[in-house]
Amino acid sequence: MVHRTALEALTRRPLPFLGSGWPWRCAAYLVASVVPGAAVAGVAAALLLVPHPYRFVTGPAALAVVLPPVARFEVVRLRLVDGVPVPRVADRRRREAGLAVITLFAMWWIDLLMVAFTAAPVLLALTPVVRPAVAPEVAALASVAGVLLLPVAAYTVTAWGGARGAMARAILAPQRSELGEVLRSRARLVDAFELERRRIERDLHDGAQQRLVALSMTLGMARLDLPADSEVGRLIGLAHEEAKQALGELRELIRGVHSPVLTDRGLGAAVRDLAGRSPVPVEVDVEVPRLPAPVEVTAYYVVSEALANVAKHSEAARVAVTGRVERGTLVVEVRDDGVGGADPAEGTGLTGLADRLSVVDGRLSLSSPAGGPTLLRVEIPCAW
Amino acid sequence: MRVVIAEDAVLLREGLAGLLERFGHTVVAAVGDAPGLLAAAAEHRPDAVVTDVRMPPGFTDEGLRAALELRARRPDLAVLVLSQYVEQTYAAELLDSHSGAGIGYLLKDRIGDVGEFVEALHRVAAGGTVVDPEVVRQLLRRRRDPLARLTPREQEVLGLIAEGRSNASIAKELYVTEAAVAKHIANIFAKLDLPPAADGHRRVLAVLAYLRQE
Repeated sequence: MVHRTALEALTRRPLPFLGSGWPWRCAAYLVASVVPGAAVAGVAAALLLVPHPYRFVTGPAALAVVLPPVARFEVVRLRLVDGVPVPRVADRRRREAGLAVITLFAMWWIDLLMVAFTAAPVLLALTPVVRPAVAPEVAALASVAGVLLLPVAAYTVTAWGGARGAMARAILAPQRSELGEVLRSRARLVDAFELERRRIERDLHDGAQQRLVALSMTLGMARLDLPADSEVGRLIGLAHEEAKQALGELRELIRGVHSPVLTDRGLGAAVRDLAGRSPVPVEVDVEVPRLPAPVEVTAYYVVSEALANVAKHSEAARVAVTGRVERGTLVVEVRDDGVGGADPAEGTGLTGLADRLSVVDGRLSLSSPAGGPTLLRVEIPCAW
Repeated sequence: MRVVIAEDAVLLREGLAGLLERFGHTVVAAVGDAPGLLAAAAEHRPDAVVTDVRMPPGFTDEGLRAALELRARRPDLAVLVLSQYVEQTYAAELLDSHSGAGIGYLLKDRIGDVGEFVEALHRVAAGGTVVDPEVVRQLLRRRRDPLARLTPREQEVLGLIAEGRSNASIAKELYVTEAAVAKHIANIFAKLDLPPAADGHRRVLAVLAYLRQE
């Protein structure tokens, strides 16, 4: 994994981290605060040099002069601790100015203070040089302590440098501004698909299905008038059976496109309906109110897929599906007593579920040790 | 028998009316939505109502709700509910309306088997209970250990009882004698700890209640 910011680098193992350039980059980033510090000193000097009555004008004027270069400087030096490009936002100038103001009034001296604190181990290590008067044993001890403390200093410098960089980034660009838009448009797409599926279901229900029922009824009436052992009677009987079979197949097809029970009666009823059709016995304990359509549809899809997986791969004797809304989040669990060993990397089923969930900001977790049991847990925020 | 039909698809509505009249019944009204059904039932006081579940204006479960309302007003009114798909929740709501006597819940597909369909309507009108085999299959599939003690043949017989079939009808379906059916039924009731019941509505309700309990 490539580490692009100081904070990401902090999560590496100690040796690679200490060997990397990140502590030095952070130190350089913080030391660079002498530049805004100097700017502040300049403004202060300008204030002191002018006669008292003009200071109220001079202060803001001096600030206005130093603000743009300080802002530029902040943006440029951010690259030291944060390699991710800052997205261009509409009010960039205003945000940069805000960052400059905060730097001038507070950040620069905090930065320098942090550097000063972490410079202590260096001073300690150099005790024999800087304080020749100290007894040699004490000086040697101090040196050893200083050297041992250096890695700690590297961590504190990087931590503050990284945090400072994250702050600067948060001020310069609202978080996940681009990512948010992508997610929203995906959600719109899924909504559109769902609407379309519902329309198809309606069309099939009102059209083909009704006609097939009528056809089957007509054939049934015709059968009444014909002797079953005549050739025509036999053919009509055959056609009648075909029509009934077509009706059954069409009904299954429609259910796959969109579950009418889900729309009419919500998740609990729809899951009980699924359970009734599962070859593996299912215990259902779903007590949830009506939820926003995308949440219900996604949860239904997950349970449907999970039950199909259980039937196909798990060799389970029973399955339990539970559903609750806990603090604004729908939590659905499907557990079976099968052989376990379900691997998201293996089939497309589980990855498909995860994709589908990501659109509604949901989370999928799976525990399936070899030998079982398997627990699939799904969390979907209900606020839409 | 005087019947009110509620079905929004014209083709089916006409077909159903023709079918029932052919078997000697009077269709006093054939309407296309739930408010129409409520009005027609109040006006004509029919012996039985045959209604679709999904109807205008909302196209969800208007017919079912209207059926439940009619039962609340007139508990003795026989109601046969038809649907393109069967659903346990709907079945439960119907069966819970005044003990489930005089209630039928069938897939629309069953209309095609004209004789059996009319026969089912007769049973409902006589205060019986008719539940679609699809619902029964779903009920039987729910995990309940005592059911595992039944032989496959006994499970088959249990399913047919739940659908509302008589001993004679079960015997015909399974190609066995009525005496054999009676013996299976006695075994089933003993194994499930159900009180023995004669061939009739009460037996159907007892079995359905057993299958529906959690």
